[in-house]
This record gives sequence, C-alpha cells and structure tokens, in this order.
Amino acid sequence: MSNKTITCECGHVNPYGTEICEACGKPLQGDLESKKLLNMRYEGSARRSQTYKTTIVDKVWNFFSSVKVGIWIIVLLLVASALGTIFPQEMYIPPLSDPSEYYRDQYGIPGQLFYDLGFHNLYGSWWYMLLIAALGLSLIVASLDRFVPLYRSLRKQRTIRHESFMKRQKYFGITNIEGDKPSLSKVKEVLQNKRYNVREEDGHLFAEKNRFSRWGPYVNHIGLIIFLIGGMLRFFPGMYVDEVLWIKEDETRKIKGTEEAYYLKSDGFILETYDNNDEKFKDAIEQSGQEVVAKNYQTDAVLYKQVGDRIAGTEPELEKIKEHPIQVNRPLKFDDYAIYQVDYKLNELQSMTFTLDKKETGESFGELTIDLYNPEDEYALDEGYRVEVMDYFPDFEFNDKGEPTTKSKIPNNPAFILRMISPEHPDGEVAFVAIRQNLEPLGENEYKMSFQNVDTKNVSGLVVRKDNTLWILGIGGAIFMIGVVQGMYWNHRRIWVRRKDDELWIASHTNKNWYGLRRELESITEQTGIEMPQDQSEQK
Amino acid sequence: MAQLSSNLLYISFFIYFAASLVFAISLLGKKWRKSDEETHAKKWGRGGFILSTVGFLFQLGYFITRWIAAGHAPVSNLFEFTTFFGMTMVFAFLMIYVIYKSNVIGVFAMPVALIIIAYASVFPSEIQPLIPALQSNWLKIHVTTAALGEGILAISFAAGLVYLVKKVNQEKASKSTFWLEAVMYTLISTIAFVIISLSFEAAGYSSTYDFVDNNDQPATVEYTIPTLIGPTDATYVSGNEFGPLVDAPSWMKGEKAAQKLNTLVWSMLGGFVLYWIIRLILRKRIGAALQPAVKNVNEELVDEIQYRAVAIGFPVFTLGALIFAMIWAQVAWTRFWGWDPKEVWALITWLFYAAYLHLRLSRGWQGEKSAWLAVVGFIIIMLNLVVVNLVISGLHSYA
Repeated sequence: MSNKTITCECGHVNPYGTEICEACGKPLQGDLESKKLLNMRYEGSARRSQTYKTTIVDKVWNFFSSVKVGIWIIVLLLVASALGTIFPQEMYIPPLSDPSEYYRDQYGIPGQLFYDLGFHNLYGSWWYMLLIAALGLSLIVASLDRFVPLYRSLRKQRTIRHESFMKRQKYFGITNIEGDKPSLSKVKEVLQNKRYNVREEDGHLFAEKNRFSRWGPYVNHIGLIIFLIGGMLRFFPGMYVDEVLWIKEDETRKIKGTEEAYYLKSDGFILETYDNNDEKFKDAIEQSGQEVVAKNYQTDAVLYKQVGDRIAGTEPELEKIKEHPIQVNRPLKFDDYAIYQVDYKLNELQSMTFTLDKKETGESFGELTIDLYNPEDEYALDEGYRVEVMDYFPDFEFNDKGEPTTKSKIPNNPAFILRMISPEHPDGEVAFVAIRQNLEPLGENEYKMSFQNVDTKNVSGLVVRKDNTLWILGIGGAIFMIGVVQGMYWNHRRIWVRRKDDELWIASHTNKNWYGLRRELESITEQTGIEMPQDQSEQK
Repeated sequence: MAQLSSNLLYISFFIYFAASLVFAISLLGKKWRKSDEETHAKKWGRGGFILSTVGFLFQLGYFITRWIAAGHAPVSNLFEFTTFFGMTMVFAFLMIYVIYKSNVIGVFAMPVALIIIAYASVFPSEIQPLIPALQSNWLKIHVTTAALGEGILAISFAAGLVYLVKKVNQEKASKSTFWLEAVMYTLISTIAFVIISLSFEAAGYSSTYDFVDNNDQPATVEYTIPTLIGPTDATYVSGNEFGPLVDAPSWMKGEKAAQKLNTLVWSMLGGFVLYWIIRLILRKRIGAALQPAVKNVNEELVDEIQYRAVAIGFPVFTLGALIFAMIWAQVAWTRFWGWDPKEVWALITWLFYAAYLHLRLSRGWQGEKSAWLAVVGFIIIMLNLVVVNLVISGLHSYA
C-alpha cells in the first residue's frame, strides 16, 4: 500500500484516495466551484477498491468488494438451489435403490439428465460449495472495504463543515437573519427535542442521530460469516456425531459415537395410532384414505454410564443415569448428545423353534430354539439325537446361479441347511428349512424339522447426534437479526447549521428514507422559523 | 365448534369481498362521487378499512374456534396454512393502512388475499390429527411467524402491482405490458382453478382409471375434474366416462404427474377463457383498463410502501421460515438443515429478498424495477406454497 496522503487546507491528513475531507468535508477532487451534488456514499472516503486497481491482489479484492458481484453470487446460488429441487436429492430416494437407475426409471430422460449432471447431489457438489465460499468471501471483502473508511470518516468529522460541502448537499437552504431570529439556541433546542446529538462550535451546529444504524449492514454480515464458519466447523473431528442406533426391546447397547462411555437400554417400543372412530378426526382419517394415522412413536429408554475402565472380556459396570421416553420431538439429551426417535421395525424375527419329528409316527425327539442373530453350530436333543447347522441364510434368496444366498444380515427371511442326526442315521439327513418351506435336497428323509413358533421383538431406529456447532450458528443468527433490525429501522440523519454573516445556512443528509428526513426538516423549520431547505436534486 | 368455525370463515370471506368493493369505490371517485374527491376517498376508504377489520376479526374467530375444536394450532395442513396466509396478508394490510392510509393498496391487496383464501378451499378442510413430527410447540411458532412474514411480503407485491399499473405505458404493447398482463392472467387462472375445482366437486364428478406406474405396478387414479390428460395407457374403470383426450407425455413420471398436468391445463384454459371474456368486455388490456383508476395515486408513497413491506417482512420471514424452522428441524428431524425442497425454497425466497434489498439500497433500483422485483418475490412465495407442496414431494407434504 502506498503511504501517500492528502492534506486538506483544514490541516487534516486524509488517506490517499479520499474524495471528501474526513474532517471538514471540503471536496478534494474535482472543481470546488461545481454545483453538482456531492456523492455522499460512504462519505467520499478512500475505499481500497476505488483507490488501488493495479496488482492481482487489488483486482481480486475489487472483484469481491463489488455489490454487483455479490448480487450475482446470490442470484447464482438461488438458481442452483432451485435446480436441485426439480427431482429428489440422492438422500431422499429409497435407501436401497441405485441412483444411476432410479432417476431414469422414475423420471425418464429428464431424470437421467439430472443424474448425469450430478444434480442428485447438488448441495454437496464442489461448485455449490465454491459458490457458498464466494459468497462468504464477498461478505468479508465488501464489508471491510466499506466499513473501515466509513468508520474513520464518521469518527473524524468536525462540527464545522466546508461551505462547498454544505452547498452541495441534497437539502440546502439559506435563511436571512433578522434581529435575533431565527436564533441558534432555539434551533439547538428543537434539534435536541428531536433526539439529535448536537455539537456547537463558534456559532455553528452539527446535529446527528442514529449513527449506529450505519453499522447494521456490517453487523448482519458478521452474523452471516459466523454462521458460515459454524457450518464449516462440523467437518472438524469431534464437533459432529451422526450415528444410527438400532436397538431391540430389552437390549442394552453401547451408544456409538460417545467413545463407549454410554449405554442405552430399550424397555420397549410403542406405536400408537389415532382411533379411527374418534369423533374429532374420523372425517379426516377417512378422507385421507390411510388405514391408520400414527399418533406416537416412542422408545422407553434407560441411559447408563460406564463406571471405570472396562476390562477386556468382562461385562462393563454400568451406572443408571436416567430414564426417558424418546419420542419424535422429544429426544433424550445428555452431555452434548441427543438421541432421536426416527424409525422402527415391528415384530422383527428373533428366534425360531422347531421339533425333530419322525415322519412315520409323528413322534418328537426334542425341541430346539435357534437364535437368528447368533445360531449355534449344534443343538443336542434327546439321547442319540442332535441337529447340526450346516449353513444359515438370515435373509434368504436364490442368486443368479440358482444358489441359496443372503441379501443381508438381518433375519427377514431366515433359512437353514440342517443335518438331523438320529440313531438310525448317525451320518445325518440333510434338510433345507425356511419359512413355510421344507426341502430335502439329498433325497427323502425319515425325519423332519417341524416348525413350532417364532419369537419376535420390536426394534427402535434411533439417531445419536452431537453437534457442537449449534451455539455458533445460534450466535451468528442472532447477530444477523440484530444487524438487520439495526440497519433497517433507523436512519442516520445529520443536519449542519452554519452562520455566515447575516445568513443562516442549513444542509442535511441521510443515508436512506429521504421522505422521512423531509418530514422531519419540515417540522424543524416550522418550529424554528428557518426556511425549508430546497431539494437540490429536483432543481434542474 | 368446528361448524361454527367454518361459518365464521365464510362470513369473513364475504366481508373481505365487500371490503374489496368498497376500496374500489373509494378509488373510482368520478362515477360515484357525491362529495369532493378527497372527502369521498376518505369516507369510503375508512369504510373499507372498517370492513376489512371486521372481516379480520371474524377470521380470527374462525382461527380461535378451530384451534379449540382441533386441540392444536390450525396451521397443520394446506387448507389451514393457506387460509392463515390469507389472514396474515389482511393483517399486514391493516397495519400498513394504519401507517399510510392508502386506499389503493386495499384495492389490490384485499382481492389477492381473497383469492388466496378461495384457493385454500379446494383442499380438504376436515380437522386432521397431528402426526408425531408435528406435535410440538414449534408448530405454532414456526408456521405462524413464517406465514406472517410471507403475508407482509405479499403486501409489497400488491404495492408493486399498483405501481406497475400506474407506470407501465399502455399506449403501445411492450414487454412490460405483456408481463403485467401475464400477472393478471395468473391471478385470473387461480380464480378459474377454484371455480372449476369447486363446481365439479359440487357436481360429484369422478372418473377412475387403472394404469401401470413407474415401478411397473398396477395403480388406480381418481380424477375429480374431466380428464383431458390421462395417465399413459390408462384404462377406464368407473365413474364419468369422459376422455382422456390425450395421454400424458411418457417422460413425465412423477407421482400423479398426469393428474397434476390435467389440473394445470384446466386452470390455464379456464383462466384463458375468463381472461379473454374480461378483455372483450373491456376492449383493452386489463392493465390499461385499471390505469385510469390509479392515475391520482401518489407513486412515491406506493413505492415507499412496497419497500417498507419488504423491510418489515424480510426479518420476520427470516425468523419464522429459517431460524425457527432450523430450531424445530433440529428437534424433530435431528438436523437443522436437510435440503428438503421446502427448506431450499425458503432459502431461495430469502436469497431473493436479500438481492432485492441490495439492489434497492445499494444500486438504487427504485420505482419500476423494484416493483417488478416485488412481483417476482411473490411468485417465488406462491411457488413455494403451491408447487413445492403439490408437485415436489418432500418432508413438508402434509396435505
């Protein structure tokens, strides 16, 4: 940066590039005698972007400091965001579907195009991130470029302003003084009654109010920047946890993401529905065409904390912290964590019970219960009888080659290949047993497995979440709102009064809402006997 | 109680209608005038304001009684939200009227509120039970604040429309006259949509078709207005035996795409007919016909109202549709932001008005440019209400 400065005739040293002296308001550029209104934006202060335009840094700075560029970034973000809503984002399509096929199957050619352009994951795409980064940069640069010189200018302004400065304001007027009227003290009093902060020097007045509203835009931009930073912080380790926790009734599980410090026990999952004959709601339920409308999803949970270190191979020692029914909208909260009710499965298969029967007589030689999550290799029955589990398919299907296989580890459709060992058949007979299926792949058997019953349990789908960025986002949002209100609902108004021989000069400026300023000036002039200043922008 | 509630809504609807007429009379000084222009405007303007207030109180009565009847804030489905949106718009208008005493805003704002409430009537109005996700105090806080923000922003649309009707040069056809007519046509199409839906519903119209859906599963669809456009390769099952005249294009594969397209085509055709009837009666563009009525309107004041509505509406919208929304989403859906279409469109609305404010305050877009922006802003809000709920399915599809 250059060390060049501009020294005004009033003695004040202005930064290079200043258009209007910060202290006395004398125009430093252009013809002093010009009648053209002064450009009062940012007080004619030396904005970096308007002063230095040569180096690469200057050019980048100037690009991002431009409001025009900022608006373009907003518009691009807006259009991009809208494009992403044409079809569902990848996270909202059915979980097991293949996106490369899903979009084409569901939405035809436009869907294929949507997928090919990567719009199915638009908000996580590099270019969307880049747009948000550009917005953040624009917020920072544009704010600094304006705030710093503006702050300087408003702080250095003196009571007495240069004549040329006053003459070239939008509102300017001259009143002849006759006798002691209009009197300066009366003017001062009226201005003070209107909550102006009035300074007086050598018979000149400077009245100012609501300067703080000038900082509103910068305050709200700071709020947005804090919000964006908060959004970025979630990518740092330790700030953010998002885990899915499936838990069965009566089961106790380590809570993922809590560094094994906490355990959760489910005392049961409850699904309640509205009564279809409820006087109040029956019309709506009938009209909706749904068979039932859910009223409550609830997991009765107990939270435990591990006491001391866990010794390998032993059960952890647990201390009960609290009981809490986890419902939608009512998560279980502890430390920085919250556990949410998000999903459920009713009546999930847990175990199957069979008896080993002799086909001919129907006589039973013992009963076995197979835990579908943890089947044993062998089940001993009556003397001389046992059953070996040769193979287990929790989620059975035939693959392309016609071989039995499993789709997942969840026992949605369990199937077994069992070897039934009896005194007659010490080498065993092989049976394929699935739900409502009993095959004898290696020839006819003498014995069979007879299905007795199943045991089912409800399973709760929970989400474990920690988000240490929330308070930052909250602060950012609050600062934004304060800034918007501060900048929008007050106006920075200034009135200069100058005594020149037997004339009283008055000039006035506001950053916005000229309509309001005019009304205030009308009231002031009426009360003081000063002539209403002219709107010089209308005199052509 | 539910019956009382819907009666109150009917009454308020007719009072709003009367208020719109009275505001119109206040503007049409010449023909109706018995006193001088200023007294006339003052007298009828006050009448319009009082009627609007009374109508608002009746609608408030609807809101409170329905709340009591349902046991939850009546903002939980499209019918309730849309009626409430109309109500916040009336409320915002009343506030603006108290400050600026502008009759002409009433002439445009009250009919728009009326159309919105009429539009609400095509949705099922039975009192619905709340699904678990909606059982929260944030329902009333988030939805009412968001609706209030949108209601206030809608006033800027009304003011923008007044400005354009006054300022767009109607002597020859231009881009501006075309787009102004397009806005008029859209408003009229909405009226046509309401009339068509309600008439066929009253007539008990229904036809059912079988077709094969995207997942190659057999599906059935019921049309409640005549089938111009049917699902691809549909077979008629029962009900009124009309159409389909054409099949929906095969690439349109969204849920119930054909039915939605059919409704859209009906609304556009109905709007077209209604628009041209009005134009033939007037023998000029609707904008041109309205222009003389607003010739004495203080355009600076209207421009000021338009900006002021955004200045007040923007922070309220931010609070309700983004900040409160995020807090609730964090509680109910485990995350404060999830790129659900409704969330995205709230962000789009916010970005748009942010751009509006920068253009106006920083780049000096006032008057006509600013008025066009106010119109576009309202279109975005309506897109979010209509298209995002009905066409794009997401977490907010409650009705």
